[in-house]
Amino acid sequence: MSVLVFAETSEGKYKKAALEVTSYGKKVAELLGTNLVVLTANSSEPEVLYNYGAEKVLTVKNDALKPFNAKIYANIVKQAAEKESTQVVIIESTANGLYLAPMVAANLNAGYTSNVIALPSATSPFTVKRKTFSNKAFNNTEILTDIKVIALAKNSFGLVENKVAGTTEEFSPILVESNLVSTTIEQTSGKVTIADADIVVSGGRGLKGPENWGMIEELASVLGAATACSKPVSDLGWRPHSEHVGQTGKQVSSNLYIAIGISGAIQHLAGVNSSKVKVVINTDPEAPFFKAADYGIVGDAFEVVPKLIEKLKEFKANNA
Amino acid sequence: MKILVCISHVPDTTSKINFAENNTKFDNSGVQYVINPYDEFALTRAMWFKEKQGATVTVVTVGNATTEPTLRKALAIGADDAIRVNTEALDGFTVAKELAEVVKNGEYNLVLAGKESIDYNGGMVPAMLASFVDYSFVNACIGLEIEGEKATISREIDGGKEILSANLPLIIAGQKGLVEEKDLRIPNMRGIMMARQKPLAIVESANGNPTTKIVSFEKQPAKSACKLVDADNVGELVNLLHNEAKVI
Ligand SMILES: Cc1cc2nc3c(=O)[nH]c(=O)nc-3n(C[C@H](O)[C@H](O)[C@H](O)COP(=O)(O)OP(=O)(O)OC[C@H]3O[C@@H](n4cnc5c(N)ncnc54)[C@H](O)[C@@H]3O)c2cc1C
Ligand SMILES: Nc1ncnc2c1ncn2[C@@H]1O[C@H](COP(=O)(O)O)[C@@H](O)[C@H]1O
Repeated sequence: MSVLVFAETSEGKYKKAALEVTSYGKKVAELLGTNLVVLTANSSEPEVLYNYGAEKVLTVKNDALKPFNAKIYANIVKQAAEKESTQVVIIESTANGLYLAPMVAANLNAGYTSNVIALPSATSPFTVKRKTFSNKAFNNTEILTDIKVIALAKNSFGLVENKVAGTTEEFSPILVESNLVSTTIEQTSGKVTIADADIVVSGGRGLKGPENWGMIEELASVLGAATACSKPVSDLGWRPHSEHVGQTGKQVSSNLYIAIGISGAIQHLAGVNSSKVKVVINTDPEAPFFKAADYGIVGDAFEVVPKLIEKLKEFKANNA
Repeated sequence: MKILVCISHVPDTTSKINFAENNTKFDNSGVQYVINPYDEFALTRAMWFKEKQGATVTVVTVGNATTEPTLRKALAIGADDAIRVNTEALDGFTVAKELAEVVKNGEYNLVLAGKESIDYNGGMVPAMLASFVDYSFVNACIGLEIEGEKATISREIDGGKEILSANLPLIIAGQKGLVEEKDLRIPNMRGIMMARQKPLAIVESANGNPTTKIVSFEKQPAKSACKLVDADNVGELVNLLHNEAKVI
């Protein structure tokens, strides 16, 4: 018996999401009265996982795994789950995790639920709460199969330190064939991505044009935040598509979301509902975003944002 | 090329989300159903292949008879024929099993689906389908070109994109980028008239056992009122975010 977490590495290291699934996996293992095993490929720091409760780390070292391939990875997770008699497989909600998880479930003939936001409310039947209807609601889902696969929503559990005396074991699974070949990876370097960001600064059509994004970028850089935008802004080509958040764009689950010149249409809110704290800056006190936000300023972004940047710089200087 | 487009029938994005029967069912009274927005990108790309490279386009949905207007809409946009697998779609795993039968029987070599259904947000059917039929699969696809048997595919990754190549057969789960938003097709009068004559086959389901079961729904808890800060007192916002919300 075991709980198996797949912890993704990025150039050998773990990002927050990997440590979050490990923290979560440890608690699930406790609920089931079993141990946590974490599977990881080409990691340079497997022992970091002990701090979050990994009793056993299975490390796979193989250069053929350097480019991520969902089919090959899914098959490795399956082999590890079989070897460790796993009951529950837990995967993070990164782009690769969400690609992989349903393939793992299919390989194991297991029921799968994504978007899980809390520890199981019961282990028999195994019941988890998940986000649904594009963050407008939740459902409680029972997974009926012997093996269960879940994807944990980002930032829904947090990091929980739980130091154990872990062991690391080398694992040499068979690599299946895949005719899918990665040819190029284009990564925007040096910028905080929406996926990893604790804070997201987002601009809407109220900003009038792409030439006005300088202050959005500056605000984001002061806060160490990622930048985002509403759908019309990316449709108009003011900002890249990859920044569009909402029901049909990226999901944001940051600690803080600052919406500037965004009205707060239902489709936009669907993408940001799971951010913990929301701030709105809008000239129109009737803008629907004020109903969804925690803090708001009724005012002109072109006056408020520069002031906010200035105040934040002072704050950072005093709190450095 | 034989293309299959998987269509999920979902509530319109503006729908009010309510639950019935003691929060165990989605309340669909007054709800308008549409083609899942991600599937519209897939369907439009399929039409492009049909017109520019020669292909047949079949649309499929797993669902009961209430889903037929959604399939007719896809036919009106230009698909050649439609298949409805006659069963309630309750579980992504079983939907994928049903679709696997359709793919095998029809020998489709390109299957286009959406990244996720905007109702249950499973994000699972295309990946599971690909595993069941052993086709190559790319998730979160933002670009697809086909030349002969060879496909070039882009997918979104955290903070960038990856370009991949594969030979057919292939399944992709698409989103914006696969085609541009402005190029999405809407049915015109002629399309709607023609759609009435196009074949819509109803196939019986293989009746797999569901692997998951939704036991109840909950709405988002009501939010406390937004705290307003005066535009002349921006420093107060910084103070609240630091001392009260503790997010900076
Ligand atoms: C199927 C479908 C899917 C969709 N999916 C998405 C999605 O995923 N994401 C998304 O964002 N939208 C989506 N939409 C679009 C959505 O309905 C709205 O049209 C969109 O979110 C509005 O963008 P906006 O708030 O930037 O623009 P607007 O609605 O034009 O709002 C601009 C706001 O800026 C304010 N403003 C103006 N000047 C200033 C100023 N100087 N300072 C401060 N504030 C100012 C205005 O008061 C207004 O509230 C979708 C729509 C459909 C039909
Ligand atoms: N009932 C269904 N019938 C046909 N295709 C479906 C069905 N459900 C989901 N799909 C396809 O799978 C994609 C992802 O859906 P999901 O896994 O439900 O989030 C959708 O965008 C559709 O292309």
